[in-house]
Amino acid sequence: MSKKPKLLWLQSLTCNGNSHSFFNHSDLFSILSHFELIHFPLIDTKYTLEDVLNKRVNCDILIIEGSIKHGLEKCGVDIATLIDYYANEAKYIITAGTCATFGGMFKEYDSDNINGFAFDRDKAIDNFSKFRKKLISLPGCPIHPKWLSYVLLMIANKKNIPLDDKNRPQELYSITVHTGCVRNEYFEWKIDTHGFGHKEGCSFYENGCQGPFTRGSCNKILWNDVSSKTIIGTPCFGCTEPDFPKERLFFTKTNMGIPQKMPLEVPKRAYLTITGVAKSFNIKRLERKLIEYNNDN
Amino acid sequence: MTKKELKRESIIQASLKLFSSNGFHKTTIPDIAKVLGMSVGNLYNYFKSKDILAKEIIKYTSEILGQEIKKVNILDISSEEKIKKIVELYFKMAEEKPEMIEYFLRVYLSHREVFSDGCEGMLCVSGFVTEIMIFFDDGVERGELRDQDFFSAFGLFMGYLGGMVFLKGENILPKELHEYIDDISKNIYNALKV
Repeated sequence: MSKKPKLLWLQSLTCNGNSHSFFNHSDLFSILSHFELIHFPLIDTKYTLEDVLNKRVNCDILIIEGSIKHGLEKCGVDIATLIDYYANEAKYIITAGTCATFGGMFKEYDSDNINGFAFDRDKAIDNFSKFRKKLISLPGCPIHPKWLSYVLLMIANKKNIPLDDKNRPQELYSITVHTGCVRNEYFEWKIDTHGFGHKEGCSFYENGCQGPFTRGSCNKILWNDVSSKTIIGTPCFGCTEPDFPKERLFFTKTNMGIPQKMPLEVPKRAYLTITGVAKSFNIKRLERKLIEYNNDN
Repeated sequence: MTKKELKRESIIQASLKLFSSNGFHKTTIPDIAKVLGMSVGNLYNYFKSKDILAKEIIKYTSEILGQEIKKVNILDISSEEKIKKIVELYFKMAEEKPEMIEYFLRVYLSHREVFSDGCEGMLCVSGFVTEIMIFFDDGVERGELRDQDFFSAFGLFMGYLGGMVFLKGENILPKELHEYIDDISKNIYNALKV
């Protein structure tokens, strides 16, 4: 018998985004070699889906993908009840993605009856107090494959994972998406990007970037190991937050030109004082194009 | 405050009055030293030049005005009521300490060459401008004020008040400033409301 931790991945209401994201991990099979894979939607295992549905398997780590709706049947089985069964079995429960964690995109369809596994948006529900000691929240739409591999390898190596008040790993969620963004200098000097996809300027002032108030490590652990949305000139949509998704994602809501939402835990008075000072100077280098293209290149 | 800080503030207050009443260029460092009963050399220990003193004064007045507006901002009252309170405190300051407002109008705005290096943009008036931003932001957030460009609203509010104090300083206004509070508050609110 294998002594490796048994890994079971169950899907509820989901677009499969997180399983596909994890499937793209460049070291997927090396990571999975630490576990006995019971079920994962995209890889065959020695167990059948029937074995899982009929509770003929057990698991040490349960990964939940998708929002929870009680009464929802998949393959003739109440999926919430099945998740509950394995949640009681497991030593660790990982909610992979914002849907499984807070309700996410699917909650928009039926807000009263669709939730995350342990949260209704930012409010903890029964499962939180019930499973708090073994729950790890990994919000994101989707999660970065390396966020999950970090958690899995920490578990495989029997290391403690420091968590915050919503059981998110502090290693991944104690910073904001703003941390490490290559546009930080433009943010400091309050220089807007005019349009999308430009190398210059910050997307916080007009284009709706939520990076400064969104917990996540998108600019520390890069996507496909090379880039992030904010780096390429697209706003952060705040997909790791309990209130995701919001509306008008390419637009910064302002009150008389003042951004309505402040960087995380920054008082508006402090922000405006700094802004007034920064805007009083014109830094020529930051107003220029970084690369002057001509017709030859 | 330490003894040195108290002295520094008394220099700011004395020079603020002299600059406002006699004009920036006509007021010299020896004039200020004389009013304070201190030596010119000692005064230079506190402020190395008249220009530096001028910049410190605008920061000082802006901070005081900002602190007064902050007291209004943190009250749990409507934007309409806040406008009236801001107009009241501005005119009260203009009547009781006219040099505070006069300095802004007749020295800061009229001698840009003195302030161009070190007081660029909002650098020396941010204490006051920040509180006006907070007031506007709060008013729009509460659905009481119309969302618009910050400066179109700022100019309407502060330009209006500054203009009235300037007219009073020129002895053109037939009535005292406080007699205009009701009408002006109403005008500003009507112009800014949703």
